[in-house]
Amino acid sequence: MMRQKTLFIVPYLLWIVLFVLAPLILIFYQSLYNINGQFTLDNYTTYLTSGVYLKMTFNSVWYAFLITLVTLVISYPTAYVLNRLHNKQFWLLLVILPTWINLLLKTYAFIGLFSRTGSINQFLRFVGLGSHQLLFTDASFMFVAAYIEIPFMVLPIFNSLAEINPSLINASKDLGASQWQTFTKVIWPLSMPGVKAGIQAVFIPSLSLFMITRLIGGNRVITLGTAIEEHFLTTQNWGMGSTIGVVLIIAMFIVMFATGEAKQKGGHTR
Amino acid sequence: MTENIMEFRHVGKQYDDNVVLRDINFKIEAGKFYTLLGPSGSGKTTILRLIAGFDQPTSGEIYFAGQEINDVPANRRQVNTVFQDYALFPHMNVAENVAFGLQIKGVKKSEIKRRVDEALQLVQLAGYGAREITAMSGGQRQRVAIARAIVNEPQVLLLDEALSALDHKLRVQMQTELRQLQRKLGITFIFVTHDQEEALAMSDQIMIINDGKIQQSGTPVDIYDEPLNHFVADFIGESNIVPGIMKKDYLVAINGQDFKCVDAGMRPNERVEVVIRPEDLDITTVEQGQLVGTVDTQLFRGVDYQITVHDVRDHVWKINSIHKTTVGARVGISFDPEDIHVMRYNETEADFDARLDSYEEGE
Repeated sequence: MMRQKTLFIVPYLLWIVLFVLAPLILIFYQSLYNINGQFTLDNYTTYLTSGVYLKMTFNSVWYAFLITLVTLVISYPTAYVLNRLHNKQFWLLLVILPTWINLLLKTYAFIGLFSRTGSINQFLRFVGLGSHQLLFTDASFMFVAAYIEIPFMVLPIFNSLAEINPSLINASKDLGASQWQTFTKVIWPLSMPGVKAGIQAVFIPSLSLFMITRLIGGNRVITLGTAIEEHFLTTQNWGMGSTIGVVLIIAMFIVMFATGEAKQKGGHTR
Repeated sequence: MTENIMEFRHVGKQYDDNVVLRDINFKIEAGKFYTLLGPSGSGKTTILRLIAGFDQPTSGEIYFAGQEINDVPANRRQVNTVFQDYALFPHMNVAENVAFGLQIKGVKKSEIKRRVDEALQLVQLAGYGAREITAMSGGQRQRVAIARAIVNEPQVLLLDEALSALDHKLRVQMQTELRQLQRKLGITFIFVTHDQEEALAMSDQIMIINDGKIQQSGTPVDIYDEPLNHFVADFIGESNIVPGIMKKDYLVAINGQDFKCVDAGMRPNERVEVVIRPEDLDITTVEQGQLVGTVDTQLFRGVDYQITVHDVRDHVWKINSIHKTTVGARVGISFDPEDIHVMRYNETEADFDARLDSYEEGE
């Protein structure tokens, strides 16, 4: 019995070691070498002292924050309404469906929509509003990023809302709470795990977005993700790229920790 | 003490084409313990939901303290509910759960604390306030749910199958406690259950619900001793129900044999059903028995033996006796005229009450 169990764990261990631990160690190892292959802490000093990288970091965090916020504001009501529909699984499927389409494909589709000769501008000209620069703006970047992330936010929130025992909502009303009080005091706190999971699923990938920043944002928004890509592919400074990678990994841990299951101590007394 | 706090007038409820309640009429007096008793799917929980305000009736009116409340939402009714699954808020501890209703009403913090402590004391959970709900046992959660409801000092407390999730011993204990609590608080309790023992043990008044209708209402003793129809007789307690013919007042024929009884007011030679409770039947010698039969089975149940006997006409009688007998033995069965209860087919509750009054007063 014992032997069998240890055997079953082998594939998982292999996976963890090869694809999680090894890359982490490699990135950390790389970050300690400069472009000439010398062992040094220079990369970290550069990162911390040059305003460029810190500004980039701030940008990344700021945009990731905005994307998460927009996604949350759209996704929570969506998940809430989905939960009250009759064929909720079907409607949920429609929300999830776009995630089955390749990310790059979707991004290119938006280029088609947003470009000067694209459908939206055609429509704007048709109704006499003239054409506008839509592509390569912050707004379009935010829009597409949010569009791509929404399913990942809706799903966990939907699940946590679906798990709420309906008799809790009756109990709240029975005890005199209005619709709104029931929401703020019962539904919202009980859906927090879903919200946190959604934030994790959106904020962390948003920190290192690079394709959308380039294709939709037109490289006007330079995030850490873009910087890593530059260092590895263009300047070939793997050390610096790895250093930024390490910074991102640390940032992810911070987010995980902040939104983690810190012993559910709910219930706010007024 | 006979002030009506609540009344249902011709209340009906249907979901789409599914009729759940039809023409429900009753009055609830303040300060009494009522039980809605019925099998699952009978509509008893729907009545409770209508009272609480989670559902609105399709027809008829519900009155509360003289006011029609059909459209008053649940959060503005002076009624609180103890839910079947307790419905305690998992993100709050015990005290926060109990305080919920008071906080909503904006009661002062110091008073909330005092009243929460008091309520927890009443349900014997003093000192458990800081516990998480997950750290409480089923029986304790039950008490928290009760405390959370009574702390709001409702005029009517609704309990939906409130004890059914507890084990037998705890359930019996909670029955006593609930009864005491109701007397102490003096508020009306409306208890929904499918457990007839529970209903008999706790209630001032029982309403038997089946098929969306009130079958019979009355005190536990009335209902047990004088069930209106086959359903009630069968549902409440154990019973032997046999067809019979009402020869004349105070004389009924069972199996072609005439027996004296205490029922009257029916047509001569009317077909009726006769109920005799198993504990009213005694095993005796063949010579002394009013019926004679052979013992089929005998089960020891602690308090008594459950015996089945088939008579010469192959009718099976259930008998509860504290004396044991032998399987296969020929025995006599004896009973008194008072043990016989005669039921007419399709008699309404009103007619039944009127008939009872007519001859009971005459005596």
